[in-house]
Amino acid sequence: MCTAIPAHRTLLYLACFLGFLCFPDFPLLGQTRNPYAGDAKVVKLGEYEFRANCAFCHGLGARGGGRGPDLTRTPKKHGDADADLFRTINEGVPGTAMPPNGATQQGVGMTEAEIWQVVTYIRSVEKKPSAATGNPARGRELFYGSAACGTCHMVNGKGGRLGPDLTAAASGRSSKYLIESVRNPNRRLAQGISEAMKEFSQEYETADVVTSDGVKLRGVILNEDSFTVQMLDTREQLHSLDKASLKSFRKSRESLMPAYDEKTLPEKDLDDILAFLGSVNSSGGAR
Amino acid sequence: MISASGTVAFSFLRLVRTLSFVLGSVAFCLLASSSLAQVTSDRLLNSSKEPQNWLLYSGDYAGHRYSALDQINAKNAAQLVPKWVYQTMAGGKFETTPLVVDGVLYGTGPDDRAFALDARSGRPIWQYQRALPADVRPCCGRVNRGFAILGDKVFMGTLDSHVIALDAKTGNVVWDVTAVDYTKGYSFTLAPLAIKGMILVGISGGEYGIRGFIDAYDADTGERKWRFHTIPGPGEPGHDTWEGDSWKIGGSPAWITGTYDPETNTSFWTTGNPSPSNRGIGRAGDNLYADSLLALDPDTGKLKWYFQFTRHDEHDYDATQVPVIIDDGDKKLIAQADRNGFFYVLDRATGKLISATAYAKVSWSKERDSEGRPIPSQDASPTPDGNRVCPGAAGATNWMSPTYDPQTKLFYVTAREQCDVFSTAPQPYEAGHAYYGSAYFPNEDASPFWGALRALDPHTGKLVWEWKHPSPTWSGVLSTAGGLVFTGDAEGNFIALDATTGKALWHFQCGASVYASPMSFAVDGKQYVAIAAGAALFTFSLP
Repeated sequence: MCTAIPAHRTLLYLACFLGFLCFPDFPLLGQTRNPYAGDAKVVKLGEYEFRANCAFCHGLGARGGGRGPDLTRTPKKHGDADADLFRTINEGVPGTAMPPNGATQQGVGMTEAEIWQVVTYIRSVEKKPSAATGNPARGRELFYGSAACGTCHMVNGKGGRLGPDLTAAASGRSSKYLIESVRNPNRRLAQGISEAMKEFSQEYETADVVTSDGVKLRGVILNEDSFTVQMLDTREQLHSLDKASLKSFRKSRESLMPAYDEKTLPEKDLDDILAFLGSVNSSGGAR
Repeated sequence: MISASGTVAFSFLRLVRTLSFVLGSVAFCLLASSSLAQVTSDRLLNSSKEPQNWLLYSGDYAGHRYSALDQINAKNAAQLVPKWVYQTMAGGKFETTPLVVDGVLYGTGPDDRAFALDARSGRPIWQYQRALPADVRPCCGRVNRGFAILGDKVFMGTLDSHVIALDAKTGNVVWDVTAVDYTKGYSFTLAPLAIKGMILVGISGGEYGIRGFIDAYDADTGERKWRFHTIPGPGEPGHDTWEGDSWKIGGSPAWITGTYDPETNTSFWTTGNPSPSNRGIGRAGDNLYADSLLALDPDTGKLKWYFQFTRHDEHDYDATQVPVIIDDGDKKLIAQADRNGFFYVLDRATGKLISATAYAKVSWSKERDSEGRPIPSQDASPTPDGNRVCPGAAGATNWMSPTYDPQTKLFYVTAREQCDVFSTAPQPYEAGHAYYGSAYFPNEDASPFWGALRALDPHTGKLVWEWKHPSPTWSGVLSTAGGLVFTGDAEGNFIALDATTGKALWHFQCGASVYASPMSFAVDGKQYVAIAAGAALFTFSLP
């Protein structure tokens, strides 16, 4: 109703503005640089806030959890300047599981000062990007060639759509996570669609279905609720199914992604593919 | 210097509030139906005699969340259709349970907005929006769960820790009292409870190291009649269950609406976690009355008895579930499916435990004390690197309401099957800042997490049936005389199930996860079922 009561809103903004003026120590919302950069005491305060508000998804030490990317990595996917980090924390990332500050069941919501404390903490745990050992050009050839990753995975619009889009995979996940996803994809299924108010993202589960007219389908579940399934079969055909009408519906946490052991994908090849993913510029094309 | 400028800011905010009130009144306050009858205390006591109305947060004083309406029933539920939808256009979780009195629906929404609607058409009669200070600190969303109504006023607790009374006909503020300083992390999110001319509220803020309390205010004047501190002060019984000064910042909020037994003049309230939630070091002892059920005399606020569900809690197991009054033959019971995973049935007169049965996966307790109470296992404590414990921090259930159906004699509760990894770390207390002493995160190896609507027999504690949810949900449950239970899910469905068998009979996709408990009412002889989801309040009826 805020938009319907403009007078309230204006006054509220005014009050906020005057509030800030009255407390000159308080960092202004419009600030683009971290007022606490490098302050060791603030790092500690930021760690408390991080534990309370962020660790649920991003894990202890910001090393990444089941849901949120490893934040010790640089550069950050949604902008690497201080102001970008502040904005990402405060406003969330639309279309992902990253919510706006204070909007979730987890965490308590933070003041602007506390957000800057978290930014300070994240900066303190960041690691320099390790020099890629692989050959990105060869990795690209393997990705779309003999390793056949591109059959199911897309990078910057090129490739299949049965598996997760990998354009941003390297900037959001640790190498360890990516290697595990290749060597042992069943260990942890990749996350699919996140809905704005839903706590947990859909995962890339495998579905085996027999429809009412006896058609057998196998594919990944794009989304599901108690009554319906939206699935993509292995030929990338979308199916909208009512569970009650199916002859059989079997879900499995065995990923459709084959496990690549060292025989099928030697260490060197995997390194090259990771180097390729690491070289991808998510705003278009490989660097 | 700071205190001086602080005063200026505060006065300005007060001015803003006054101005907003005036502008709001002029611009938006239309006259409500003049046929509005007074909601007397007698009507609240006899709410079952007017099933067309929904006069209390839980529908009645007993906390049953049961509607005696049966126009919508197991035979025709499949024909339910959406009737009207009211859009708040607010972001965040919409947790309200609306009240309905004689054709007018009263609801609250995110950011302390409120509205009165024509319950037949969904069209607004008045709307209210509180001008909140910018620095309110609600822990888990800028939510509000609803009104209480008494006389010609509706009452709400606000995020800046005020209790306010609005004129039910206009939405104008009649009185506005400050309960406590919100800047220390205090807030109100619950729907108040009206008893005998008083408005009872409990405070939120267990994530900020507050000292919890339950208050009663005179409904006419707003004058505070009593305050019960949920952490005993020096010299009071139970004070010695806290180490050193930890009682001053020990949390124990009371953020869900209580229930009332008029026969014994007892109001039952439940409390939340001790602070810091996930670190027991520094607050050695049982930490009374955190995670407890309190039997209070509503006239005086005096404690009659208490029962602590989780002693020395280190897993954020707030007992803030609606405590449900049940009569089983001549047995006077009170039942609570607790966030800690056990379904407790107690003697309502004494608080003595009758049974405690796990209704979801539990790993924090492996033993019982001599009275049969589950007690925490040493090895379940959070560790610096994390320790996997079930249920997770959001609990086996949470604040969403259960329901008791006097026809099936079953207790229905939303269960969450989710284990978390609990870690702990020292943290100094700083007023108004998050005070967890820890972090928790989902256990990846144990995923996927799921949920269920479970029908429990309070007589035996046993599971009778369950309806599985694909993922854990925050929806409460309503039962009706039509042989139905209604609930929502995280995938956005609102579902009607057969109360006896658990079979789904109907569902509607609301388009957003449900964070609310359903209710039912009737206007002009037509029964409606209502649920908040996303930014909207949905109602359904037969075509």
